[in-house]
Amino acid sequence: MNIRTESVRAPGYLATLAARERWGRSEIAFWLVLVAVYFLLPNNLMFASQILITGLFALSLDLILGYAGIVTLGHAAFFGLGAYTAGLLTKTGYTEPASGLMVAGLVAGAFGYLSSYLVLRGRDLSRLMITLGIGLLLYEVANRATDITGGVDGLQGIAVGKVFGLFAFDLYGKTAYLYVLVVSFLLFVMVRSLMTAPYGLSLRSIRENQQRAVAIGIPIRARLTNIYTLSAVIAGIAGALLTQTTQFVAIDVFAFQRSADLLIVLLIGGTATLYGGFVGAAVFLLAQDWLSSINAEYWLFWLGLLLIITTRYLRTGVMGGLKSLQRLAARAKPGEES
Amino acid sequence: MSAVLRTQDLCKSFGGLKVTQNVNLSLEVGARHALIGPNGAGKTTLINQLTGVLRPSSGSIWLDGEDISKMPPYERVRRGLARTFQINSLFPNLSPLEAVTGAICERQRDHLSVFERRFFRLTHRRAEIDEAYELLERLNLAKDCMRETRELAYGKQRLLEMALALAVKPKVLLLDEPAAGVPEGESDELLAVLAELPKDISILLIEHDMSLVFRFADRITVLVSGTQLVSGTPAEIAEDPRVQEVYLGKHHG
Repeated sequence: MNIRTESVRAPGYLATLAARERWGRSEIAFWLVLVAVYFLLPNNLMFASQILITGLFALSLDLILGYAGIVTLGHAAFFGLGAYTAGLLTKTGYTEPASGLMVAGLVAGAFGYLSSYLVLRGRDLSRLMITLGIGLLLYEVANRATDITGGVDGLQGIAVGKVFGLFAFDLYGKTAYLYVLVVSFLLFVMVRSLMTAPYGLSLRSIRENQQRAVAIGIPIRARLTNIYTLSAVIAGIAGALLTQTTQFVAIDVFAFQRSADLLIVLLIGGTATLYGGFVGAAVFLLAQDWLSSINAEYWLFWLGLLLIITTRYLRTGVMGGLKSLQRLAARAKPGEES
Repeated sequence: MSAVLRTQDLCKSFGGLKVTQNVNLSLEVGARHALIGPNGAGKTTLINQLTGVLRPSSGSIWLDGEDISKMPPYERVRRGLARTFQINSLFPNLSPLEAVTGAICERQRDHLSVFERRFFRLTHRRAEIDEAYELLERLNLAKDCMRETRELAYGKQRLLEMALALAVKPKVLLLDEPAAGVPEGESDELLAVLAELPKDISILLIEHDMSLVFRFADRITVLVSGTQLVSGTPAEIAEDPRVQEVYLGKHHG
């Protein structure tokens, strides 16, 4: 009965809030491009899967770093746990990948939940050290437990079954790409709704000002534990995806370098933008691929340069740069308000 | 008279330094109670114990007949104990509407299932948004409700401090120098808001500005070196020789 009057006087602030939540055209385009990749670049699907997996991993970091403001240098711990869990699971004879992902996510999540009590206690610097410590610890465990993990030789001979018993992985990575894409999309949709809900608002509030967040009644510890665990689950699933699509687990899934690269990926792409992780992964891996094909030794030089430029001039990464461009374009068009 | 907020023999010391000594504060329902005292008297330390940021060394704190001494800060907020900060403590990159809506959603979270809390988008919470807007309107912040907080004028930010505290629907509101730093021209707006706060909210006001204290408070407690020197009506306090000596005397000397 009130619908009409309500829509008539639907105030401006509501429209603005709603517009932020709606799927934008560029968002839809983003996912369509990923679908198009399947058809347009059939020879590069393995590489494209790697980008998506790295992007998903970076998305998990974005949840805690970008939205909740928790710094970490050991996020590879969860990625590695997921990767090994998925690999070891197939050794027991259970090879269905989709449920393997869930198991990997659960294991990584359980570890994330437990380690959150160590990590969240401290401030930024101690968080960096503790996450770094946990990462090193797991690396060494995987290194020593050669009977289980294969040590530095990696976990080999992983047989991955058909997805849901229906879709077999092929040599070209076609199934693998679609599989990774679907999983990434589903997780992304989940993350997106979390972040547009008051839940996401409360995380941003905590990042912005803990003192005030407490004063408006947000149970900070519980909320951070919660998001840290979810982030671990997603990182674990990303690790499991890598195992299943490459049928191999290298010990460097736990490497410090992976955690550090991940930070770079997210910072290049832009934090707290949801897409920064994927965009950063694409930029990072494509640049790495291209630059090291020109000269393998100098890749780090260019990476360093890229990092300095993006953090200095595009404070919120590539996504931030794109947004400013969009704003400029909108201003250039007369009669349109930004 | 019944006390909505009460401390019993509250003590706090940092090492050998006693910053709160046997404070028995009693805030009546609907009171406009001011807490005054020279710098370093332990006013902010007392507030921090009330809100749960600091743990008292001994003694207890009671809100509405319930011992809240050991509750974490957010539980106290949920039971209706809100505060503002002496130095603005806001969310610089959120808009006032988002910030206040967030606070209201937090208050209302028990009405929703876990799934609804996590996955229903913000605009689904129409009632909370409307309530937030009305509150901001009452505090003359409606026009700026979608701007980023850091872009607001200082006086407006001061009002937003108040709005965030009121969003909690407090029984007791602790105002920590609400007029601090507000320039002359903008302070009228704030004073009007203070005067119009609902009578069922009991207020403990910490303030340096004596003209504001005597205009606003119906009861005053003087705190000196962590101890409660005297409590009484404004008239009694103004007459009290001890107060004149330790507090007002300082101004003259």
